[in-house]
Amino acid sequence: MAKKESTFVNMVLTLFLVCGIAAGALGYIYTITKEPIETAKKDFLYKQINVVVPGADQGEIGEPIEKEGLKFYVVKDNSGQVIGTAVESFTESGFSGRFDIIVGFDQDGKILDSNVLTHKETPGLGDKMSKDVAPWNEQFKEKDPASYKLIVKKDGGDVDAITAATISSRGYCDALQKAYDGYMKFKNEGGIK
Amino acid sequence: MSNVKTFTNGFIKENPVFILLLGLCPTLGVTTSAINGLGMGLATTFVLFMANMVVSMVKKGIPDKVRIPAYIVIIASFVTIVDLAMAAYAFDLHRSLGLFIPLIVVNCVVLGRAEAFASKNNVVSSMVDGLGMGLGFTFALTLLGAVRELLGSNAIFNIKLVEADGMIVFVLAPGAFIALAYLIALMNKLSKK
Repeated sequence: MAKKESTFVNMVLTLFLVCGIAAGALGYIYTITKEPIETAKKDFLYKQINVVVPGADQGEIGEPIEKEGLKFYVVKDNSGQVIGTAVESFTESGFSGRFDIIVGFDQDGKILDSNVLTHKETPGLGDKMSKDVAPWNEQFKEKDPASYKLIVKKDGGDVDAITAATISSRGYCDALQKAYDGYMKFKNEGGIK
Repeated sequence: MSNVKTFTNGFIKENPVFILLLGLCPTLGVTTSAINGLGMGLATTFVLFMANMVVSMVKKGIPDKVRIPAYIVIIASFVTIVDLAMAAYAFDLHRSLGLFIPLIVVNCVVLGRAEAFASKNNVVSSMVDGLGMGLGFTFALTLLGAVRELLGSNAIFNIKLVEADGMIVFVLAPGAFIALAYLIALMNKLSKK
């Protein structure tokens, strides 16, 4: 078979065909991977909720309720008693821009635990805010942000910043504060049912 | 050129990273740990292999003047397939590589091999070339990742060897350049003999 000439009709037809086949193939792959992707995302999120609200895996995690960019998951135990609320929060002021965290609060607004969901912070420095890397975020456990200042010590608060990653630590505090403010508002509006 | 030679060519004599210095963006970007390098390398290998195969199959049907857009569409489709499949079946890896997977589209190794090799050779040797180049790329990325992980976080494949902070510069961008430069120097020294 001789190589096709680069005529107008040939070029248009070829590109049309190539794109058509590619589009078909991608559409097909998308439909078969759609479910596994959603399951994987959900599994990951539920695992994290279980980290920040201990006992969530034995109870029931409510449908997400979205408010002002935050997502709230009310967690109940088997008897229908609320054991805590997981809040998906974020900050725009990380070292490499936005990152997302998840925080668990008990009924009084005390922090049960927290962890990072996705981030682009520097490996070896800022990524220590994640539980998978370092125990840094353990210090927020059992703290009540009403009396505990979610600001790094350098700026006059109560939080020990990560060595050489003050900006990431500030971002984490900012995200926690956002989660707390949002949670109190959510609670006072009777969002926990 | 025999197929065996084509295969080993990509691995040593024309290693895309150490000799051709192609595709340095993902090389420097993702190799903060050996496992990231391995994952990125294997994803690229798949794309290289498939793209080389398809390009050499359709090369006669594609007019010369539109071959670049046609190749790009073919490559981009396979990259999207890898992206979706990874998100569905290797979620954790996808979380750490996520940002770089779409960048395989513009990895010059892939288009470079499609243009320089697959468009001039038959299907079988193109597949062999894709596999050889891909594995060579994987080898280089894993090696670079292992060196950086070892020096930067005192670990190898996520297994901590010493409980202490490493030389953080090796996990950061400058360390990528330094480590790569030393590896290239070493490779040159070894291949001269």
